[in-house]
Amino acid sequence: MSQTYEKYFVPEPSRYPIFGSIALLLIASGAVMWLNKVGSGPWTLAIGFAVLIYMLFGWFGQVVRESEGGSYGKNVDASFRWSMGWFIFSEVMFFAAFFGALFYIRVLGLPWLADSDNSLLWPGFSAAWPSAGPLVEDPFTPMAAWGIPAINTLILLTSGATLTWAHWGMMKENRGQLKAGLFLTILLGAIFLSLQIYEYMHAYHEMNLKLTSGIYGSTFFMLTGFHGLHVTIGAIMLTVMLFRVIAGHFSKEHHFAFEATAWYWHFVDVVWLMLFVVVYWL
Amino acid sequence: MAAVIPDHLHDHHHHGPTGLMRWITTTNHKDIGTMYMIFSFIMFLSGGVMALTIRAELFQPGLQVVQPEFFNQLTSMHGLVMVFGAIMPAFVGFANWQIPLMIGASDMAFARMNNWSFWLLPPAAILLLGSFFVPGGAMAAGWTMYAPLSVQMGMGMDMAIFAIHIMGISSIMGAINIVVTVLNMRAPGMTMMKMPLFCWTWLITAYLLIAVMPVLAGAVTMVLTDRHFGTSFFNAAGGGDPVLYQHVFWFFGHPEVYIMILPAFGIISEIIPTFARKPLFGYASMVYATASIAILSFTVWAHHMFTTGMPAVGQLFFMYATMLIAVPTGVKVFNWVATMWRGSLTFETPMLWATGFIFVFTIGGFTGLICAVAPIDIQLQDTYYVVAHFHYVLVAGSLFALFAGAYYWLPKWTGHMADERLGKIHFWCSMVFFNITFFPMHFLGLAGMPRRIPDYALQFADFNAMATIGAFGFGFSQLIFIVVLVKCVKGGEKAAARAWEGAHGLEWTVPSPAPHHTFEVPPVVK
Ligand code: HEM
Ligand SMILES: [Cu+2]
Repeated sequence: MSQTYEKYFVPEPSRYPIFGSIALLLIASGAVMWLNKVGSGPWTLAIGFAVLIYMLFGWFGQVVRESEGGSYGKNVDASFRWSMGWFIFSEVMFFAAFFGALFYIRVLGLPWLADSDNSLLWPGFSAAWPSAGPLVEDPFTPMAAWGIPAINTLILLTSGATLTWAHWGMMKENRGQLKAGLFLTILLGAIFLSLQIYEYMHAYHEMNLKLTSGIYGSTFFMLTGFHGLHVTIGAIMLTVMLFRVIAGHFSKEHHFAFEATAWYWHFVDVVWLMLFVVVYWL
Repeated sequence: MAAVIPDHLHDHHHHGPTGLMRWITTTNHKDIGTMYMIFSFIMFLSGGVMALTIRAELFQPGLQVVQPEFFNQLTSMHGLVMVFGAIMPAFVGFANWQIPLMIGASDMAFARMNNWSFWLLPPAAILLLGSFFVPGGAMAAGWTMYAPLSVQMGMGMDMAIFAIHIMGISSIMGAINIVVTVLNMRAPGMTMMKMPLFCWTWLITAYLLIAVMPVLAGAVTMVLTDRHFGTSFFNAAGGGDPVLYQHVFWFFGHPEVYIMILPAFGIISEIIPTFARKPLFGYASMVYATASIAILSFTVWAHHMFTTGMPAVGQLFFMYATMLIAVPTGVKVFNWVATMWRGSLTFETPMLWATGFIFVFTIGGFTGLICAVAPIDIQLQDTYYVVAHFHYVLVAGSLFALFAGAYYWLPKWTGHMADERLGKIHFWCSMVFFNITFFPMHFLGLAGMPRRIPDYALQFADFNAMATIGAFGFGFSQLIFIVVLVKCVKGGEKAAARAWEGAHGLEWTVPSPAPHHTFEVPPVVK
């Protein structure tokens, strides 16, 4: 607790949250309709996303104005730091569910499926990984680690370094270095994503590796897919930061939005390392 | 006098929207807390109607009231609505009202996000309750939504999945808000170990929420992709395993039951000292017990799966780990009783509920311990014994604590004392009818009556009839609470700032009802 008292910023009533709720209701109902082929699902989805984007622009825009207007003191800054940390923890747990599923299947599920109890049911099925299970008979080639995935690892690691370099620029008040670092990081993120898209297309067209390729396809695409989604979100956040830097936002002392983005990016980086080891390599 | 004036005069920035828009756009923790509680009470009544329909069907053997398919929808939705719609939001409502008042903060750390956390709930409720009216009806795979059943349901299942996603987002944002408020917004001098126990239990609950709600999101996402996109997570033919669903679900599910009980422990730990006129016995041990319950709760999930197939070492591990949790839980019960020991006790309505809580919750704790013993649970799993267990901890535990807290803090929220006589009638009716409803279920379970079945063998008829009578009694008793609420909001004996003479804590230093804005200048705690 700081000794000197500083009024904590409490925002005025806001209409953005209700737009967010309407957006999610539309998105959810749109998705349900679309998946079950009733009504006009895609349209509902599209409107939902439009409302969501409006809400995100409006809400974050207001936060940016409040921040630049000096509403956020030391205490609010501390709140943001705590909250970003806990948010990333929740993301870690989301990935943990999928990593846990992969671990369970490889270490317990498949061996049980192939053990003597089940040999009458599925004679000749062996628990070797990668596996598509006893009944999916559509041979596929598993993804090798030492091609694009290894290059992507290098790219993401480098992007972590360029982002730190950008942060040094912020601390030295060297705007040029800050902008260059951010730009390089975004570029590396974009290259990563392009390579991953290429890899997915390759998997579908040449390796017959699909989301439907049994448990291997399920875990592979869901884990790398959710990771890719997070890289996309991170890259969007970085782009916003770049625009804000160009607009002259942030100072040496006051730039938590930038740091939060960096935390997020590093988190995405670490998830990738885990993916590289347990999904591609082992 | 001073009670109402601040609301309108001292409110420099309360010239925001009025009418409905005030509630839709509000960033005030008290408004948001009130909305949470109203919402959860509505959901409590909807879930209650489902429960009474279930009990009506089970009044006699045979099928009388509903079709089996609809019965399954009712049991499933009753569980989901009560857990995610009634109990959890009610506790968040308490947190919103009380935590800033108790730690001397001007509001929650993120007031705008707080609004969104609440306003995500009505869309989720629309999806959940609306699913009754779509082709195929509501999801009917049980509130646990086990695969492969959940992979086969109709579009009601998809609606439930998205409802869970939305409620998960709401819970995670709400939890982050609470953690940050407690860690960062305490008044000067309010050290962690001086903090009211309610804030401690909510801090730990919020941590649990942040840790496990994403896991539930993962579980239902896997169900969704198995349903529509051809993944094989829970499909043995593709190398997956339906039991995997149970592991992921219960990794969320067991901490979830503590999410629903830890804030209740907090409320009880506020009330008992007030009416025993003694400080809480063993404050520090309460904090450590709460923390150890939270940590242990991640290591016991498979006690819900003793009959689904697990190696013996696994069964032993989960059995002993579960029994271990009873130790910190016992510490708590011991401390409450020790607080009352030689106190100058009075039994106003909140205290009645609190002592009732200790009594009945402890029964539920013991039956939990019995379920934890793997060789016994192989008999009990999926019988009414389990239903009895979790209603003793959830209804007599979480819900009774919510009522205790409501009667305790209503003076602070409304400025009026609640009607003591009606409150006591509400308590005694609830207590008696609760036991008439759920105690016989122990016998039914021990005799082998399976849960989630609309019809049953003749020898179970008497206890079922009894449970149904109790259930209707319990249901109608809750209408008393509506009367109490309306009377208390409209008028009644004016409440003093310190509404209960034995009460301590910052919330009792502000007028009753608490003005719209409190502690804009933080108090100094010595
Ligand atoms: C001493 C503490 C407790 C122990 C040892 C314990 C143990 C258990 C065990 C072993 C089961 C599985 C029974 C079975 O399915 O065969 C169970 C079920 C359950 N418990 Fe507890 N429990 C405790 C406290 C609680 C509390 C505090 C709550 C909630 C407030 C709770 C809520 C539930 C629920 C909802 C279920 C049933 C879930 C379902 O299958 O639908 N328990 N408990
Ligand atoms: Cu459990």
